[in-house]
Amino acid sequence: MAGYTRYDYDVLVIGAGGAGLRAAIEASAAGAKVGLICKSLLGKAHTVMAEGGIAAALANVDDRDNWKVHFSDTMRGGQYVNNWRMAELHAKEAPARVRELEAWGAVFDRTPDGRILQRNFGGHRYPRLAHVGDRTGLELIRTLQDHAIHSGATVHMECTIVDLLSDGNGRVIGAFGYERERGRFLLFSAKAVVLATGGIGRAYRITSNSWEGTGDGHALAYRAGADLIDMEFVQFHPTGMVWPPSVQGILVTEGVRGEGGVLRNSNGERFMFGDIPANYRNQTADNEEEGWRYTQGDKTARRPPELLTRDHVARCIVREIKEGRGSPHGGVFLDISWIKAKLPNAEEHIRRKLPSMYHQFKQLADIDITKEPMEIGPTTHYIMGGVHVNAETQMSSVEGLFAAGECASGINGANRLGGNSLSDIVVFGKRAGEYAAIYAKEHTPVEPSEAQIETFSREALAPFDRGGDGEGPYKVMHDLQSTMQDLVGIVRKDSEMREALTRLGELNARAAKVGVAGHREYHMGWHTALDLRNLLTVSEAVARSAIERTESRGGHFRDDFPSQAAEWGKVNVQTSRASDGTMKVSRLPIPEMPAELKQVVEEMK
Amino acid sequence: MPSATFRIWRGVGAEGGFQDYRTDVSEGMVVLDAVHRIQAESAPDLACRWNCKAGKCGSCSAEINGKPRLMCMTRLNQLKLDEPVTVEPMRAFPPIRDLVSDVSWNFRVKMGIKPFAPRKPDAPDGTWRMAQHDIDRVQEFRKCIECFLCQDVCHVIRDHQLTDAFIGPRFLTFAAALEMHPLDTADRIPELRHEHGIGYCNITKCCTNVCPEEIKITDNAIIPLKERTVDRFYDPVTRLLRMFSGKG
Repeated sequence: MAGYTRYDYDVLVIGAGGAGLRAAIEASAAGAKVGLICKSLLGKAHTVMAEGGIAAALANVDDRDNWKVHFSDTMRGGQYVNNWRMAELHAKEAPARVRELEAWGAVFDRTPDGRILQRNFGGHRYPRLAHVGDRTGLELIRTLQDHAIHSGATVHMECTIVDLLSDGNGRVIGAFGYERERGRFLLFSAKAVVLATGGIGRAYRITSNSWEGTGDGHALAYRAGADLIDMEFVQFHPTGMVWPPSVQGILVTEGVRGEGGVLRNSNGERFMFGDIPANYRNQTADNEEEGWRYTQGDKTARRPPELLTRDHVARCIVREIKEGRGSPHGGVFLDISWIKAKLPNAEEHIRRKLPSMYHQFKQLADIDITKEPMEIGPTTHYIMGGVHVNAETQMSSVEGLFAAGECASGINGANRLGGNSLSDIVVFGKRAGEYAAIYAKEHTPVEPSEAQIETFSREALAPFDRGGDGEGPYKVMHDLQSTMQDLVGIVRKDSEMREALTRLGELNARAAKVGVAGHREYHMGWHTALDLRNLLTVSEAVARSAIERTESRGGHFRDDFPSQAAEWGKVNVQTSRASDGTMKVSRLPIPEMPAELKQVVEEMK
Repeated sequence: MPSATFRIWRGVGAEGGFQDYRTDVSEGMVVLDAVHRIQAESAPDLACRWNCKAGKCGSCSAEINGKPRLMCMTRLNQLKLDEPVTVEPMRAFPPIRDLVSDVSWNFRVKMGIKPFAPRKPDAPDGTWRMAQHDIDRVQEFRKCIECFLCQDVCHVIRDHQLTDAFIGPRFLTFAAALEMHPLDTADRIPELRHEHGIGYCNITKCCTNVCPEEIKITDNAIIPLKERTVDRFYDPVTRLLRMFSGKG
């Protein structure tokens, strides 16, 4: 059998974005011996792409803000199928996590009196997002990275995990993977494993996600027997670039709208004013002037409809395009340059507030956003669904297996508010690290079985055994992405999703025959062949969950069931692996919210 | 559809050579798109690093027509397509395969720089106060995406291979961000002079010229650090003071 190098840890953290780094820092601080697996180089994970900010009720800009408002905003945004305990912990703990980042060297933009500045964002009642221009994710990952390298954790860069090791009695005891550079196998024995692998964006053709977002953690957990929930809730960010084609899907921060940017169709209409959902009507401006005043910090004004939740804005954009009011390249217009009618030095202001957007459009699309509108359209951005975890500890339904950040589920419900992801990853990354370290202290390591290692390494090498004559992995991946984009996208219906399941079955058969030639050193064809398996699993989970939920809610919109149904507000859709290897879909009742939280929601309506 | 030829470095370790690939090009394409297209069409094992495809992560550093650049931010319409476009890995670092080189030295260097050490919080609630104008410079340095193009182009590293004696422009900028952080209390000046070899930099500004984030590495980071080093070690008055205080 193929050889491998072995490492022994108390806690193994898989994924080195914000959640993984924060978990590694916490577990190390608790005295655990920690290994940190990084699919790319350290500091390149998808967290780096986050732009707008990190949501925390610091109340630096508006003193009416507090955890209760943040909690109820999060629940409202999630259409009340969130794990309310996670939403509560998140709202209460986010301010401490932000202050901690500052203590570790993060340099957030400042208020005039020298405190951390906060900005407006969709679905947040008050200016709540601590930020650094529009590169907050870079600040966050760099701060955590620079802190983590002195925490004692061992970092394994450019390493991909292919499967989790189990003890045969339902406990995860480590992981098996390969390092990309030389293609050699690595065996990690660990008393506890934390998944922090991010999202599944690469299951779609138009996405803001990098190649890494192949649902690894979701699929690893699923294969290890853990339950996934809410997989039907995929967030399509309303504003991705649409032109030129090579940049399609790249994110345009919601911060553009937070700074006063407006959406217009080809008739020049601000179409968002025409469709304000009832539960947001009290909080939303009904004229352009009031919306503008809100973005400029007027506390008496209500927010413009461009800052409604992402699911809603994305659907309105799709409607405009479908009904023939789109922009030349199949999007709509996002305009920040218009603010020169309102502000002196508007061009300078835009460049200072949105430097990387300015740079991105200038360099990639020859558009000067201080002078002309951008063309934008929805892009697959985030999955609310993921590993079902305990709110306090982040442990999954499998012993010894924890999950945090995007690959875990619960905090966001049916739709995530912008800015709640950066706070999610530090709040629950910390918790996962803390409780994984406790678990590791209370348990002894289990020796991995040679038979299991043998199976994993044989499966991992199978694409080489099949050789380069058959179909290559890239074509199968492209077809998978088109299937999901066309049939399980922003607007869904039963017949199309069933068609998607049929096609996924065919793609599974093709994926099982994919072959590659050559050597194992940095072989991206081989890597893609192995990532395919995970993408197929998560795509099936998304499609099956979406078929099950016969209503529309948050990120999940059904053309055949366009309205929300009260009974669906009482359950999460759960997917798990049945003993015969097929995917099982069930409904999991949401526990009753305690009276004090109900009262908070009521007060904030 | 028009097409263009890409002359791409293929090889494992130090062994290798350029190979030509012809592929279709369309409006708005960047070099990374062409590399991906070639990968999908004719070279599935072609190795390259990339992540964000938007100039934010600093993974896809390479040398394009001999210049250190990000592949994702180099538009094809900025290049002459009637002759082959050469794409090769960063040459200052040991080659691994094709466009991927071994940049691990950079991560080891960072470990050797004293971490951030803040002063006591300013307010009873454990928070600090900083004015925006006091952090503008630090924020400029913190824009760095760690693409290591500045390290690649620096002759001290590239030509003289002084990787044991010199930390390079990226980490001088990193040290400058810490030294100029209003809350930081650590002193990195002695190491900068000795172990980190700031004296090797002779301010040719090659690093500044290739920085995709347009950080003024030489003017804003390295020269002020050099001045601090000079003030500490060569200024006669401070030398005298140091003799009496016994520090240094």
